[in-house]
Amino acid sequence: MEKSTQIVHDHYDAEASKIGMWLFIFTELLLFGVLFIIYSVYRYMNSDAFHLAAEELDTFIGALNTVLLLISSMTIAMATTALQKRNKKLTLLLSSVTVVLGIVFLVNKYFEWGTKFSHGIWPGSEYMVATMSQGEILFFGLYFIMTGLHALHIIIGLIIIAFAMVRVSKGTVHADRAALLENAGLYWHLVDIIWIFLFPLFYLIT
Amino acid sequence: MSKEKHHIVPYRVYIIILLALLALTFASIGITSIELGEFTVAGALLFAVIKSFLVLTYFMHLKYDKPYIKIMVAFVFAVFIVTIVITMLDYLYR
Repeated sequence: MEKSTQIVHDHYDAEASKIGMWLFIFTELLLFGVLFIIYSVYRYMNSDAFHLAAEELDTFIGALNTVLLLISSMTIAMATTALQKRNKKLTLLLSSVTVVLGIVFLVNKYFEWGTKFSHGIWPGSEYMVATMSQGEILFFGLYFIMTGLHALHIIIGLIIIAFAMVRVSKGTVHADRAALLENAGLYWHLVDIIWIFLFPLFYLIT
Repeated sequence: MSKEKHHIVPYRVYIIILLALLALTFASIGITSIELGEFTVAGALLFAVIKSFLVLTYFMHLKYDKPYIKIMVAFVFAVFIVTIVITMLDYLYR
């Protein structure tokens, strides 16, 4: 890289940023992909137990969270449009809607996990070891790992979006320098896609 | 700085895609609530695949991106699917 001596060089390159984000998304795909393969194999080996265990999950909360995430994905995509149309207020409004929906998702998750904990279901709990079959234990192990890892991604996504919002309000991210918000959106959509697969695999296939 | 043409996606497109995604979500809930045996998994996954395709194409902007980005993403997803299929074949027929 060249050293800039007098003039501050503008290193902004929207296309390179986008490729970088996509490459990162591919690594995320590998991370979750491996978990999906583990899920598929264990499901194949313990299909009855997985059926039984999946009955424990509340489809309503799962569906509600799916709807929340889909709407939040739309609002963050719209935020980019608003930014390109030079409507800063609407950009911030739409991204804050995304943030709020993401937080509501996490609150739902908190209550969902809370209910499981109060039933004595958590990885390695005595209740599980005593009463459940190996397949059910595997199901709940995967459930906690995969939804937990996904929730972690929601938290990271929220931080990235909040960071982009600060930059938008400061004016350093604007219509001609939209990459940060766009890439925050890409990350958020990835989180959405992962949930699109987690939802049927854990909640629907009973 | 190069003033590249930047495609601005209209809000309307996003609303239509959201409605389609919601419809597919409820359809997948509907289809898994009926007993289809083996096909339940396939059905639910098919809906998930269609939904992610919509998210990738419109929300993630791939429809309006340059061809090499589309090819790159399609290639990676193809490799990923092949890996899963081969792993499952290995488990089914070993």
